[in-house]
Amino acid sequence: MKRIWAWGALTFGLLYFFLPLIGMTNFSLKMRRGEYSFDAYARVLADPKFQETFGFSVMMALFTILFGIFLIVPTAYWVRLKMPGLRPYIEFVTLLPLVIPAIVIVFGYIRLYNTSSWLPLTGTTTGTNLLLMFGYATLALPYMYRAVDTGLRTIDVTTLTEAAQSLGAGWITILSRIILPNVLVAVLSGAFLTFAIVIGEFTMAALLNRPAFGPYMQLLGANRAYEPAALAVIAFGITWACMGLIQLVTRFSKHTRAQR
Amino acid sequence: MAFLDIKNLEKVFGQNRVVKDFNLAIEKGEFISLLGPSGCGKTTVLRMVAGFETSSSGAILIDGKDVVSKRPNQRNIGMVFQAYALFPNLTVAQNVGFGLKVKGIAGSEADNRVAEMLKLIGLPDLGNRYPFQLSGGQQQRVALARALAPKPQVLLLDEPLSALDAKIRVSLREEIRMIQQQLGITTVFVTHDQEEALSISDRIVVMNGGRADQIGTPFDIYNRPSTRFVASFVGTLNLIEAKVIDPAANRISIGDQAITLKEPLGAAKVGDTISLALRPEAGSIVEGANGDTALVGQVMTSNFLGSVIRTRMKVGTAVISFDMFNSPGLTPPSVGETVTLRFTASDLLIIRE
Repeated sequence: MKRIWAWGALTFGLLYFFLPLIGMTNFSLKMRRGEYSFDAYARVLADPKFQETFGFSVMMALFTILFGIFLIVPTAYWVRLKMPGLRPYIEFVTLLPLVIPAIVIVFGYIRLYNTSSWLPLTGTTTGTNLLLMFGYATLALPYMYRAVDTGLRTIDVTTLTEAAQSLGAGWITILSRIILPNVLVAVLSGAFLTFAIVIGEFTMAALLNRPAFGPYMQLLGANRAYEPAALAVIAFGITWACMGLIQLVTRFSKHTRAQR
Repeated sequence: MAFLDIKNLEKVFGQNRVVKDFNLAIEKGEFISLLGPSGCGKTTVLRMVAGFETSSSGAILIDGKDVVSKRPNQRNIGMVFQAYALFPNLTVAQNVGFGLKVKGIAGSEADNRVAEMLKLIGLPDLGNRYPFQLSGGQQQRVALARALAPKPQVLLLDEPLSALDAKIRVSLREEIRMIQQQLGITTVFVTHDQEEALSISDRIVVMNGGRADQIGTPFDIYNRPSTRFVASFVGTLNLIEAKVIDPAANRISIGDQAITLKEPLGAAKVGDTISLALRPEAGSIVEGANGDTALVGQVMTSNFLGSVIRTRMKVGTAVISFDMFNSPGLTPPSVGETVTLRFTASDLLIIRE
């Protein structure tokens, strides 16, 4: 009897999740009257705006990931090693972007770094891109920090650090050759999540007036019928590919293949 | 001058003085064990030598140079940890070669040293394995090789055998001692296992409450404990309360039985109570013995422990344990039986602290 309920719940969950997707995919393939085709996809992929915005967002995602790694791995490591008492406070701070809407953050940025401020980042394209990257890093903070912190929890950070120190290693060597490789799977999980967030982000990019993929999707959605559905399927595909990559990296990581 | 000289070392955590006026001079090539119960400060001393803890006061000199102000990575000290601490992302050979790489030693010189170290620990063919593919004993051997590869001045071992099973522990401790003697490296070994400390050390430091209670050879520590703590911590010991009946003749009484001690009673007066220590293995059951080197008592329990039979007997209010080596022809004493325990007068030690 219990099994029937379990299967029922699973079927309901799957239908709830997949039916809209199936509907959307089905709709995206119906651009040509009376038959299924990839016309909508072809049109989206051929659109120079798509290539431009997607390329921009991918670049931003890569820089955000790099910035996130340089900021969060040493921070999480240091907190775990030297200031474990601060962990609850740091966790609270990293969760704030989930509570504070992106629009508040971006308005704060614009107010603080506008052209008449002491640091006029919005005055140049590079400055605005930099600001956008900081914003993305803030949005990705809860996921990246949690992923890295969970990775650090699986290794004995203190003893490994002391072992490396006793062998003559300094902080940079310890971080780059011992800590980072051992939390790489966790870092990559955080990185792929960051990638997915950056690709779909609308508010910050729109308000900072940058040619990102999020505003392009919104623009397309407001003006076309079939292309937005195709674009949504593509966006889903990118996100799932990221999730798949997390699994792949985990599976092919040599030194974590067996239970330790 | 000692090679590793620890002078007046102190460590205070808040209000808690965990290491108090600790002094130890270790000669080059010596194997010293810091032995004591949990919380006695032995690991803190080791960590201060390694540089992982800063001392509150005192000096640590290695080859005449004070290293207190140096960071752990500048001290040229090798360390082996209880939890192995092998780098999971590196192979065995890469682990062993890590210290060499950090020192800037590369190429064939590094490869040869790694091969030499792997041969030394008896794992020459496991260089390409990852730590998770090794047993606990193998991992600890690799950790030892890794610590030794950069040729450190001092080797520190922080309870390296505690996580291993009993058989591996015995074989590995012998291996550690053999390698240490072969390389002639000055070694400090922290343990709470007295058997480990007794079996492999040149000298033992018995620590209690942050202080060194006694420093001596394993033989001295076991046979001539200088404090009540050392006597009770190292080995099994009978602590017997006795009354002084004739200080000039070193005569005391246990229950109503008089005994003459070999050790002078010092300033003790008639009627004073003193503490005596007697190892269980020091006595044996005989028939008809009496006088100054024998005690008559009633058997309370008799337990078979494999190689020995441990019997507890009551003498007056004192309870004394003694061991008999097991043999097929031996009949253990039965409960309630009256037996005579004989020992030599020098086996009874006066505990003065």
